[in-house]
Amino acid sequence: MGNLERVVVVGASAAGVTTAETLRREGYTGRLTLVGDEKVLPYDRPPLSKQVLAGTWEPEKTVLRPESAYVDHGIKLKLGSAATGLDLAGGTVALSNGEEIGYDGLVIATGTTPRELPFGHHLSGVHVLRTIDDAVALRGDLLRSSAVVVVGAGFLGTEVAASARRLGLDVTLVDPLPLPLVRQFGDRVATAIAELHEEQGVRLRTGIGVTAVHGDVSVSGVELTDGTVVRADVVLVAIGAAPATGWLDGSGVPVDDGVVCDATCRAADGVYAAGDVARWFNPHFGGLMRVEHRMNATEQGMAVARTLLGAQTPFAPVPYFWTDQFEAKIQAYGVFPAEAEMVVAHGGLAERKFVAHYLARGRVVGVLGWNMARQLRQDRQLISPATTARTSAVS
Amino acid sequence: MKVRIDVDACVGAGQCVLAAPDVFDQRDEDGMVVLLLEDPPSHLEAATEHAALLCPALAIVVDR
Repeated sequence: MGNLERVVVVGASAAGVTTAETLRREGYTGRLTLVGDEKVLPYDRPPLSKQVLAGTWEPEKTVLRPESAYVDHGIKLKLGSAATGLDLAGGTVALSNGEEIGYDGLVIATGTTPRELPFGHHLSGVHVLRTIDDAVALRGDLLRSSAVVVVGAGFLGTEVAASARRLGLDVTLVDPLPLPLVRQFGDRVATAIAELHEEQGVRLRTGIGVTAVHGDVSVSGVELTDGTVVRADVVLVAIGAAPATGWLDGSGVPVDDGVVCDATCRAADGVYAAGDVARWFNPHFGGLMRVEHRMNATEQGMAVARTLLGAQTPFAPVPYFWTDQFEAKIQAYGVFPAEAEMVVAHGGLAERKFVAHYLARGRVVGVLGWNMARQLRQDRQLISPATTARTSAVS
Repeated sequence: MKVRIDVDACVGAGQCVLAAPDVFDQRDEDGMVVLLLEDPPSHLEAATEHAALLCPALAIVVDR
């Protein structure tokens, strides 16, 4: 790449903020603009479904950096303006306020947008959860309500079910799959998660779909595929999220469930991606992956900043993520493909204190700890790099 | 360099221990961070700063 004098980072959450900050820390002195579609200062998302929903943190505690940090680093914040288009040949990004910003280096860190049900979202009391405004609105409704239905038993759904139960609500968790988090962790861990939730009073309706959301102005219930209607004054729809790439349509940047990047997180000439939105070739596992977890936002933001400054190092992390539900602290490193075999290596499931190894084609690809953080950290090293690792380029 | 911990924010990820094992440890029972050196010597400053940057919960505050 030629001279780097104007860097634009689109997306002002963990990945975007880390990219901008790392650029400065590593000596970049040119212009630096951080664009975000939300009006508020960049904040951290993991506490939204936990501490903020539970009310143990004021929403302000989630702010990533004080405003002065951006001033000190010479990072120009453009908040409340979404990117609406990209002109690759001209090297400009169009914003919703009509502005066009030129760049020599562009970082796409626009994250994801919650998926919605095909019905029901016009009713008051029906929520998704991605932003701080979403979290504050959901908490407000939970405090005024007695019964919540959570649609989707992934990370977000199970965490919100736990938080809502702790607020004393009647909670029903619905998912078409047979167990919560089964796609993420397999049958045995998912069974343990189901038992934990049931023991804490969460009503599980798994293996069943949602056909309608009832209500006039406000939601009154959720109808399931067996015809039953579960009463609800609040519904959280947590059925996953889609990469926020609509603004890249027709731009020439390769998009396929995320911005497709090579091992250095490069998507096109001068264009890079980081965080939830990036699907890049991870040499450690020998394949393309997209990781919707907090740790990756930081690590990939750092990596992209260094690449912009001339490093050629492939980004080859072992993904790390965690979830807190009731008294369970579940942490994991690596990947957890459906075909992997799960072996309990330390402790036991019954004791709710264990480390499990996930093996695929004879190698450990993931390790999961349940209330066993220290041992888990030690077992992380068992996840060896793919022997078939090869480099891949996207042009 | 002074290191402070926001225990209330810590999620027990252990990234700090991986980055700076002489400065941070984790409690056995819940993985929460244990600060071993409040005032790390100069040769550990870079690793300590890296740990603070990596922490996914922003629980480490470094004052220089």
